[in-house]
Amino acid sequence: MKLKKTVLLGATIGGLLAGGYASAAEQFIGLPSYRVGPYAAGGSALFGAWIDYMQMINERDGGVGGVKLVWEECETEYNNARGVECYERLKNKGETGNSVFQPISTGITYSVLEKVAQDKIPMVTIGYGRTDAADGRIFPWVFPMVTTYWSQASGIVNYIGMKEGGMDKLKGKKIGLLYHDSAYGKESHAIMDKLAAKHGFEVIKIPVAHPGNEQQSQWLQIRQAKPDYVILWGWGVMNPTAIKSAAKTGYPREKMIGVWWSGAEEDTVPAGSAAKGFTAAGFNVAGTNYPLIKDIEKHVYAKGKGNMEDKSRVGGVYYNRGVVSGIITVEAIRKAQEKYGQGKALTGEQMRWGFENLNMDAKHLASIGATGFMPEMQISCLDHEGSGKVKFQQWDGSKWKVLTDWVDSDKPLVRGMIEESAAAYAKEKGITPRDCSKEM
Amino acid sequence: MQFFLEVLIGGLLSGVLYALVALGFVLIFKASGVFNFAQGAMVFFAALTFVGFQEVLPGWTGLEEGGSAVFWLAFALALVSMIILGILTEKIVLRPLVNQPHITLFMATIGLSYLIEGIAQGVWGANVRGLDLGIEDVPVEWLMESSNILVSKFDLVAAGIAGVLVASLALLFQYTKIGRALRAVADDHQAALSIGIPLQHIWVIVWGVAGFVALIAGMIWGARNGVQFALTYTALKALPVLILGGFTSVPGAIVGGLIIGASEKLAEVYVGPFVGGGIESWFPYVLALLFLLVRPEGLFGEKHIDRV
Repeated sequence: MKLKKTVLLGATIGGLLAGGYASAAEQFIGLPSYRVGPYAAGGSALFGAWIDYMQMINERDGGVGGVKLVWEECETEYNNARGVECYERLKNKGETGNSVFQPISTGITYSVLEKVAQDKIPMVTIGYGRTDAADGRIFPWVFPMVTTYWSQASGIVNYIGMKEGGMDKLKGKKIGLLYHDSAYGKESHAIMDKLAAKHGFEVIKIPVAHPGNEQQSQWLQIRQAKPDYVILWGWGVMNPTAIKSAAKTGYPREKMIGVWWSGAEEDTVPAGSAAKGFTAAGFNVAGTNYPLIKDIEKHVYAKGKGNMEDKSRVGGVYYNRGVVSGIITVEAIRKAQEKYGQGKALTGEQMRWGFENLNMDAKHLASIGATGFMPEMQISCLDHEGSGKVKFQQWDGSKWKVLTDWVDSDKPLVRGMIEESAAAYAKEKGITPRDCSKEM
Repeated sequence: MQFFLEVLIGGLLSGVLYALVALGFVLIFKASGVFNFAQGAMVFFAALTFVGFQEVLPGWTGLEEGGSAVFWLAFALALVSMIILGILTEKIVLRPLVNQPHITLFMATIGLSYLIEGIAQGVWGANVRGLDLGIEDVPVEWLMESSNILVSKFDLVAAGIAGVLVASLALLFQYTKIGRALRAVADDHQAALSIGIPLQHIWVIVWGVAGFVALIAGMIWGARNGVQFALTYTALKALPVLILGGFTSVPGAIVGGLIIGASEKLAEVYVGPFVGGGIESWFPYVLALLFLLVRPEGLFGEKHIDRV
């Protein structure tokens, strides 16, 4: 029912809600959402928030540069095959076809990686997907924006260094890496090994088989190894299970640091009081006390047009992450309109230019009411990541409390690894890297 | 030695929780001879319905949020929901398939699992919920102090509940009229009908009891890991337990659970590091497959002999 409502709202909004826009251009955005199945809890907030943000832009500003935003959801159930089907189904919709594809799934990202280049549709993968796609010379159509997994791992180690009183204090320490035994979880290995070698700490890697609803043996191993910190690189049910198992084995939650897929209310609430003190990294923060969230409440929910069935989820970590997807989509449209003109729908190629020239500095973030909400970010032909910073939030038993300012990654190290990996991919696929000096 | 004992005891206690889920499978299999693919979905549905009622009841009735009245009323309503689900399953899914091959019934339960999952999320939403049963998931203090062995208080209580359930159901099947009727139905639908056993009635009872078991399992697993879709995966843990213990034996479920729980934990800790770790998910299946080669009917399963 929610899907139907969303499709109706999205598809007809330009023509029906405001007669004056009946002949106005519409920018189509295809949403490969997942609102049922195993990952529905995250999907409903991520895509619901993204829709709410676009709805707010339509309601408050009449769209972007006179162009209404329209959208259609396609249910993937977080399944790769269905994700590809949705990609194909959505790509030719709207005046200019689908102008951006954001699957919010690493599996679907890999499945359509080559298709998006053929179809000239930019794919934005915020906080997931292929890390080395941050090298825009080799992956011109893929944008792993804001922060990649490798930057995040480096940011977490930097944070531990801060807590210890300096990076030199990491020497001789033990850091446990409790990871989801999948490609996603193993993405952390190479960077953690490099960081361990650089700073002289030991990494104890402990895999947890999917889904991770049993972790007795892993936590007994942690109890025996006595690491100084444990990085939780988890997903889904693995996260609350890890937090509860840590409590059961007496491991202090303050010494546990989760990645951004381990640091939402969906991870801490089921763990109950055991989650108090648990800290997690994030490229967005939780909370409603930001002007852009207030605008969503005022222009969308106050008019009964909100997408979330449970309004209390507005301002949650996943919700605000969905808003980041909305912000980046809208700001790319705005940027592309500067070059290609307002009042008309943009093609995928034009949108790609918009993404590649995004410059969301402090002034820009303030202008859209997102100061402190997400890090400053500047995308370029060379760098499709644009930031690499994370903030750390701690669960106080009922809500997330921001602990730090934006913590940077070890950029030279991370960038070196990205370029090395991307070059290997280019060699394997016979791709000639773009010359960024010729890009405008 | 102390570490070995910790892993072993932890594994045995986890095994009892697997047995709790396996029990639901055994009940349906005993009654209809069919492997109920929807058991995991029933666990999810039951737990979600329970926490769903816990959320809405204070608003509906004015009862104190988080109070024991809300808890027990939610429990009763969730149980009624499971019984209604059982009745509907019998009427809509099973009754039209009487005397059909077992594979047809099995396929029907696959469809049923998707339906139940969809209904659960449709009615109560997809949010992940916490569930507090008031039992702390912390180590038993005296064991920690006396021998530095870590045993979870929660797991001990859960094992106790599972033990009581298993004993009650074993008695029910062995010594009551319903139990005998149930065994007859499992053996041959048509023969049972011909001697006057009310097949539909038996099925409703069994699906109702399986619903009750699913509710208990869902509450315990939900309190451990949160009430979320992943509860459906608990069924994956029950499969090797069933292969080992036998699909028709209630005590077999508990023995199978103990063997699987202990062996998977010991394997993860002592074998895992040599093969890259993360073997907990597949090791029980390998063990069960090896066991199948030696004893296809499981430890306590009924030997099936066909006259040729």
